[in-house]
Amino acid sequence: MAALPPRFREWFATHGWDPHPHQLEMLERAEEPATLLIAPTGGGKTLAGFLPSLVELADGAHDGLHTLYISPLKALASDIRRNLRRPVEDMGLPIRIEDRTGDTSATARKRQRADPPHILLTTPESLALLISYEDAPRIFAGLSRVVIDEIHALAESKRGDQLMLALSRLQALAPGLRRVGLSATVEDPPALARQLARHPDPCPVIMADPGPLPDIAMLDTAAPPPWAGGGAAHAIPEVLEQVRAHRTTLIFHNTRAQAEIFFHNLWLANADSLPIAIHHGSLARAQRQKVEDAMVAGELRAIVCTGTLDLGIDWGDVDLIIQIGGPKNVKRLVQRIGRANHRYNAPSKARLVPANRFEVLECRAALEAAAEHDLDGDPRGPGPRDVLCQHILIRACAGPFDEGELFHEVRTVGAYASLSRAAFDDCLEFCATGGYALRAYDRWQKLMKRDGLWGLRDPRAAQRIRMNIGTIQDTELLKVRMRGRGGQPLGEVEEAFAASLTEGDTFLIGGQIVRYEGLKEMTVQVSRSANKTPKIAVFGGTKFSASTRLTARILELIHGNWEDLPGTIRDWLSLQRDVSLLPRSDRLLVESFSHDSRAHTCLYGFAGRNAQQTLGLLVTRRMEELGLDPLGFVATDYATLIWGLEPVEDPAPLLAPQVLRDVLEGWLARNAVMKRTFRASATIAGLIERNLPQNRKSGRQATFSSDILYDTLLKYDPDHLLMRITREEAMKGLVDFGRVEEMLARVAGRIDHVTLDRVTPMAAPLLLEVGKVPVAGKGRERLAEEEAAALMAKAGLTG
Amino acid sequence: MPEARLLCVSDLHLGKSERMARRGGALLPPYETEETLARLEAEVEALAPRCVVCLGDSFDDLGAALAMPEGVRLRLQAMQAGRRWVWIEGNHDPGPVELGGAHRSDLAVQGLVFRHIATQGCAPGEVSGHYHPKHRLPRSGTSRPAFVYDETRLILPAFGAYTGGLRCETPALRNLFAARAIAVLTGPRALAVPLA
Repeated sequence: MAALPPRFREWFATHGWDPHPHQLEMLERAEEPATLLIAPTGGGKTLAGFLPSLVELADGAHDGLHTLYISPLKALASDIRRNLRRPVEDMGLPIRIEDRTGDTSATARKRQRADPPHILLTTPESLALLISYEDAPRIFAGLSRVVIDEIHALAESKRGDQLMLALSRLQALAPGLRRVGLSATVEDPPALARQLARHPDPCPVIMADPGPLPDIAMLDTAAPPPWAGGGAAHAIPEVLEQVRAHRTTLIFHNTRAQAEIFFHNLWLANADSLPIAIHHGSLARAQRQKVEDAMVAGELRAIVCTGTLDLGIDWGDVDLIIQIGGPKNVKRLVQRIGRANHRYNAPSKARLVPANRFEVLECRAALEAAAEHDLDGDPRGPGPRDVLCQHILIRACAGPFDEGELFHEVRTVGAYASLSRAAFDDCLEFCATGGYALRAYDRWQKLMKRDGLWGLRDPRAAQRIRMNIGTIQDTELLKVRMRGRGGQPLGEVEEAFAASLTEGDTFLIGGQIVRYEGLKEMTVQVSRSANKTPKIAVFGGTKFSASTRLTARILELIHGNWEDLPGTIRDWLSLQRDVSLLPRSDRLLVESFSHDSRAHTCLYGFAGRNAQQTLGLLVTRRMEELGLDPLGFVATDYATLIWGLEPVEDPAPLLAPQVLRDVLEGWLARNAVMKRTFRASATIAGLIERNLPQNRKSGRQATFSSDILYDTLLKYDPDHLLMRITREEAMKGLVDFGRVEEMLARVAGRIDHVTLDRVTPMAAPLLLEVGKVPVAGKGRERLAEEEAAALMAKAGLTG
Repeated sequence: MPEARLLCVSDLHLGKSERMARRGGALLPPYETEETLARLEAEVEALAPRCVVCLGDSFDDLGAALAMPEGVRLRLQAMQAGRRWVWIEGNHDPGPVELGGAHRSDLAVQGLVFRHIATQGCAPGEVSGHYHPKHRLPRSGTSRPAFVYDETRLILPAFGAYTGGLRCETPALRNLFAARAIAVLTGPRALAVPLA
């Protein structure tokens, strides 16, 4: 099998290509139980993954499904189908290739189950659905290879854990199954290989030639970046200049809101009407499709986008990446840059555009890290149990199972290799009876043991379980439509954002400014607005924390050599040094000042957004206890700004590690972050059903808030499995208390408290941050009473 | 109603989690009946009413009422002792339940009429539930269960632990009221605001 068969050699030759060494190596190693290929975009990675399948299938002897291809994106699956058609048609190979995603028609899906193609292209969620069917053993009986594309992206999330659990099931159905992972550059390839392989199989890592070093720099702009904000409007002329000078430019943003604002400003300045489009996850599917088609057809000069374009859809001729805003994470920056220039031998080119002065520091630090190839990344802990619960339910849908067999199957997944039997039994118990201390559902169990095998009590439950498969958490989203009959769908916004709107407010979506008219049948109704300045769109977009390594580098930079920094930044830093102090890695700078008739306190922890957010929650809780009536706070990667009715005179008692740990214990239970984490885990584990068989929204709201379930469990069953999962998840995810501890250890009680009569240069940007978190407490209750009284008085009523 | 010493609660939805599980749905934490009863006991103890009116949908369905564990029956009986207790029929729990107290489709007391669902064109003085109204102040915080009233009627928020809410702006609810209507938000202190 090692050599490339003549037919394939000729095919490469007719196109004037030489197979890449890593493509041949994949062929040589085709019999390995697992192989991980790390190659840059444009390095023929996909073909490397498929070559052994095409060779094995070339003689037409294989019946049924041979290779399963999994990608994180639906679009990628159909893209690959188009690309594979070329060698298959050129060589006249007898191979049937189909894709299967949420968009595939019901008829096609049914036919695929009855008569599977040789190569099936799908997503982790569609695969999970496939293994839930009773005929899964028949569908997958002859499966020989599975190819996981962009595995580095999947492996960072629960989608990857779900996928690997599904693979353990496939391996049981098709014992000879061989696994291939295709990945971009990562910081720890062996760790990724362990996630991919069946435990404890070996998994060789093949590293392709990374190609020439990328050409990365900061984009010089005539106007300096502003003090605050994420819009990067100052850089519009230079960005347009770059777009003009290149064939196709991808302009990446960290959040959808920032992408919208930037796109809007870009068009206001786009005098030549260069074809520039916008693409992000909140836009209606039809809108996105239009952009993707135009891109493939080569009709666009630039796309303003978010992480939705991080993954490898083949866009053809991208020759420049522009990153707007701090990259937050060096690894992702390097992967993003790899998106430019799909021709293997040309260097990728990227320009960074800091959107404010803090981000200049971040971009400079990231450039240095990228040059030193110092990639950051957090090791993933053991496999999450909420995903395991869902897997158990999926397994039950497919038919009766033996608990011991399933346990052993699950332990072949790298991430679950050290799962204890007791932990597994907890999950099984939760799926079967709810796992409550009060044994309420003995009669109404979901799973029951009959003749030694577990199965669904009510077979109709299978439909509900299948409808709720998946680990992607869409926050509650509402559709946005133009007002009027058959109004054009524009996209989606978060429910919390919609709730903050009142009639007449304007916001940006899909590059246009719209006016909020009202909420009708769970749809946000809008009309066109002639306004030039929208209310900021605060919807959507994941907010990543800047990595530990990056924030450490930034602190070094503040205290190191300012020579490579622009003059405006040097001025800003020296002003801060003169007015207050510069933050240091071995001390904690705390500033207090009055602004807008509220007392403000700013903590420069440089611990990343999530940890700074937790710090805000903990400190305000303590302030509430001390009668300082805090009203809210806002957190960035570098600092937390708190405001309230009373000033902080001594921050030390608020920041003592033991105090914070105690507050964490008492408070963790009751805060919004925990509730959000609970909602996510409870949804994945199947306690909260997002989709119900009947029409979801009847006249009266049928569902109630998951917060109520959380509060109930906290009161009556605090050690319930889901509460334990929630605590673990929150500590490493949104709460990120580990980084709070790390910061406190770093400063070791050395706090510099500076009290001033005005806002400091470093605190000023925080006043303009979006994403302010209100503190529910006496302070806010005081203000609510005042507001209610004012509204009554205005209406001529007395309460 | 302090002078009548009447306590009225609506939409307790006792047994909701049991009903969901029975129908093959999610196995919700089975503590909402405990929680709702504890709240009700606290009110009864604090107010010592002469009469308690449960304004319908007290049980999530008749099956849930029939499946009430013994402990729940005893606690209800303890609350019913020495006072008048009226179950108004709701759309979830029509018909009598075997848990003591009187069963009525509606009840008239001192010029007020208590029924489960508000009726169009009723005489002034109607008190009902069913809609689970909730409301939020435009600028301060999240939505809270709310009482809503105008010169004709009052609609109560749901008292049960596992009950969602319907926003007061929803036409089905808002259209029941005159232009000038008041929502009273529940919380640490009751907050009255005009409805838009």
